[in-house]
Amino acid sequence: MRKLIISTLFLITIATMIYSCQSSEQLKQDIYYANGRDLYIKHCQNCHGSKGEGLNALAPPLTDTVFLRENKQKIACFIKNGASGPITVNGKKYGGKMPDFATLANIDIAQIVVYITNTYGNKQGMYTPEQIAEDLKNCK
Amino acid sequence: MQHSKSIIMKFNRSILSAFLFGSVVFLASCQDQKKLPILGPREAATVKNADGSTSVDTVYKTIPAFSFLNQDSILINNDTFKDKIYIADFFFTSCTTICPTMHRSMKTIFDKYKDNPDVMFLSHTIDFKYDHPSVLKKYAQKLGVDGPKWQFAYGSKDSIYKIAEKDYLVAVIEDSTAKEGYVHQGWLILIDKQKRIRGAYDGTNPEQVAQLTKDIPVLLAEDKK
Repeated sequence: MRKLIISTLFLITIATMIYSCQSSEQLKQDIYYANGRDLYIKHCQNCHGSKGEGLNALAPPLTDTVFLRENKQKIACFIKNGASGPITVNGKKYGGKMPDFATLANIDIAQIVVYITNTYGNKQGMYTPEQIAEDLKNCK
Repeated sequence: MQHSKSIIMKFNRSILSAFLFGSVVFLASCQDQKKLPILGPREAATVKNADGSTSVDTVYKTIPAFSFLNQDSILINNDTFKDKIYIADFFFTSCTTICPTMHRSMKTIFDKYKDNPDVMFLSHTIDFKYDHPSVLKKYAQKLGVDGPKWQFAYGSKDSIYKIAEKDYLVAVIEDSTAKEGYVHQGWLILIDKQKRIRGAYDGTNPEQVAQLTKDIPVLLAEDKK
């Protein structure tokens, strides 16, 4: 009987630890998301819109899940170095110029990426500053 | 019994008088229609009446004659906006700060008044080096507003900057220390059919844009009388 109680308590403790581990991951992502939203409003919203809808043919929307998934490693480069030249989003061609945000730190960019890939109907999870640093090495 | 009856009658009478008072206030407010203010400096001038006598009248600030190239490289001037109310602003196509927000707001209004020939739009570029008519044309097409209703004006630095500051009362500066080379205010200026300024709204502020959306019908109604 005693053994049973001890082992039950042990299992509960382990389960709680695992559970709290997961939620701290989730917590981190939530913090990134919230900060990312603030940065988005400050730097991105004027062109890309408050709902990520873009601005007609001037600025592409950020709602194309497939584009975000396939080009996730390029988003950091777009933000840090700006972008120009034709891209296709939601089956529509965009040829304008996006300015660079060279002063943003990797953690800022990571937070923006977490925000735009987890809102407007997307749910693509966490993205870290380390991944951003890696992506920036491979910019063209 | 009698006593309670008189109370009821008194009660009825007070309801009736409250109702009458309310309807009088209501009718009075109906007649007193809302009018937009006339903005800008004004002066008193002596005018000659038709019968030869003179009287003093207020002269309001108006937008003077102008002439610019539009997105089709066609000359536009005051007559383009004759008998129209219009919303004017100053921007440049490579501006990525306040201009997209301003034009997003203006486009919402543009779409609302698409079929009303009395409302027009006039955007002046302050980037006299780069924003030639062909660039403005591309911009208008991309914004989805290319047509005679929304004119994009290109002119010399002097003419645009002067009309901005002296007439539309919008500050515009060429500033080499700014990241994009220009600094300007994001006012949307509402001009009536007599070329007077009737409102100035911050195009980046949703509340003020909502006010502009409310004020346009008021101004249109004023001209109908």
